[in-house]
Amino acid sequence: MSGFKELTGKAVALDRANVDTDQIIPKQFLKRIEKTGFGRFLFYDWRFKSEGQLNEEFELNKPENDGATILIANENFGCGSSREHAPWALLDYGFKAVIAPSFADIFNQNCLKNGMLPIVLKEEEVKYLLTKGKEKAFALHINLEEQTVKDEDGFTAKFPISAYWKTMLLNGWDEIEITMQLDEQISAFEQKTEMIG
Amino acid sequence: MGKSIIDKIWEKHVVHREEGKPDLLYIDLHLVHEVTSPQAFSGLRMKNRRVRRPDRTFATMDHNVPTINRTQIDDEVALNQMTTLEKNCLEFGIELAGIDSPEQGIVHVIGPELGLTQPGKTIVCGDSHTSTHGAFGALAFGIGTSEVEHVLATQTLWQSKPKTLKLEINGKLAEGVTAKDVILYILAKHGIKFGTGHVIEYCGEVVRNMSMEERMTICNMSIEGGARAGLVSPDQTTFDYLWGRKHAPKDEEFEKYVEKWKELASDQDAEYDTIIQIDGNDIAPMVSWGTNPSMTAKVDGRIPTIADCETELERDSLTRALAYMDLKEGQRIEDIKIQHVFIGSCTNSRIEDIRAAASVVKGKQVHPEVRALVVPGSQQVKKRAEAEGLDKVFIEAGFEWRDAGCSMCLSMNADVVPSGEHCASTSNRNFEGRQGAGARTHLVSPQMAAAAALNGHFVDIRKTYATV
Repeated sequence: MSGFKELTGKAVALDRANVDTDQIIPKQFLKRIEKTGFGRFLFYDWRFKSEGQLNEEFELNKPENDGATILIANENFGCGSSREHAPWALLDYGFKAVIAPSFADIFNQNCLKNGMLPIVLKEEEVKYLLTKGKEKAFALHINLEEQTVKDEDGFTAKFPISAYWKTMLLNGWDEIEITMQLDEQISAFEQKTEMIG
Repeated sequence: MGKSIIDKIWEKHVVHREEGKPDLLYIDLHLVHEVTSPQAFSGLRMKNRRVRRPDRTFATMDHNVPTINRTQIDDEVALNQMTTLEKNCLEFGIELAGIDSPEQGIVHVIGPELGLTQPGKTIVCGDSHTSTHGAFGALAFGIGTSEVEHVLATQTLWQSKPKTLKLEINGKLAEGVTAKDVILYILAKHGIKFGTGHVIEYCGEVVRNMSMEERMTICNMSIEGGARAGLVSPDQTTFDYLWGRKHAPKDEEFEKYVEKWKELASDQDAEYDTIIQIDGNDIAPMVSWGTNPSMTAKVDGRIPTIADCETELERDSLTRALAYMDLKEGQRIEDIKIQHVFIGSCTNSRIEDIRAAASVVKGKQVHPEVRALVVPGSQQVKKRAEAEGLDKVFIEAGFEWRDAGCSMCLSMNADVVPSGEHCASTSNRNFEGRQGAGARTHLVSPQMAAAAALNGHFVDIRKTYATV
């Protein structure tokens, strides 16, 4: 797994609640058998009009937001389908972190497993970032060790993360490798418990 | 202090527990389908890893499969995904109900049908509607592809114990009110994230009186409320359903299992983190009008108005949803016209659902401006419905009768709702573009979908029952 330590990057605001994974990556793009190359399909129905031209109104399409690596979103981001293609698409597009007041459970897990950081901040903190982002693109600094998000105007926020995921991400460890070291324990469990039914 | 079924199943499956880490949880059954598994198998191959327990893994293809002319698949990318699953199952020794198997069907329909789904099991699948299997008193949840790979390699998952939510539904459902209406009512009332971080246990008089099919419908849409899993304590209804199924224990063995399964039911004095009470008497046939499943109203009700909204975010969501759906605030639900009807999906495509829709349709005709589709959840459901003559009921009424698959629930195959058109659908999600770019989905029960097909707009199914 790729790890995460620190990031300084451009932030873009997408101020919509309950953005579901069907919007992040529509189903017609789930037929591929690779993990890469999903970036061009990210938010497809919002980024492109039905005839395929760019929708210039959409936040990600504004030239000043080019090259953004941090997405600021609203509550319950990533709800719906379990498709890991959603974080794959965000990563492939260039995002390395998403900040929101809350995330859907499966999406949250899927991000962490891919070394993309889902950061939960307080509602008023996210509101500040969303408002700022709507005016202009701006830089944010994320530090996982310190668990902080900072801007260049003195804004500092602390974010929670489990000790487990903090360690995993800081080290970029492969979770399967770690579990396989417990192989004997798993075998013992299998022997001990008959099929539970 | 008593324990809930959630606590009981969890404790029985902890392989490794360590301070500061999630629990390492053993997985009894891993269901696999063509869309979320190819990258996981590639991952195994890259690291030269094997599938630890092929005997606890079962695969089918459902998301992509055509529901008509199955011998000729034109979509090459989809076909590649299906043949990739075949190759992976062959290479890693996994049993597969492939496209021409009589057991093929939607993964959440065939798991229970084949008796793979059993009380007390931990069940995962790379699909968020895995919560369906919770109807049997199993702890079943959807996972991403990285987790699919982890389970393939180790038969375990690192999981933090979720909070528990007791959702008690008492009272009596009116005639014409179904399990689908119950879950849509809950979502309309409590929103689409009330269950985040929780496992829901559904209980109370209404749930106790439900068939397994009805319980599956409710558990299926737990994820629409944000809960990764939803379950029901097993009882005689559960055991009766499982008896004689292909992978269920046999004969005396079955009786032994029943004794163990009975012990799983939540204790009377079990504690929960959250408790929600629902009055079954207040539930009406429900119709979703917006772009997430909580945007739902009673069929005799109206779409909310901007003035009803309490926050800016709510106003913004309502405005966006109305624009996408081309509907007006305050509009009567029964005035919404539909051009398509889809009866199918892991929520509502089991034999009871097909029977219920057929009872409404029998001897009548689909409205001339409506295209209507019935897609059974599995080839076995299809066969059984045909033995009961239900295919003829639908075909004579003007419905199309198809082969099994996910079909128009997410329209990965050719079954698509055209842009701008409205569809009465028995599926689980009404997100923008879900049934096709620009398509407008309304979630309803099979009976309500059937009635809408005949009338070209939503009608209150309770009136139909009243006149019988």
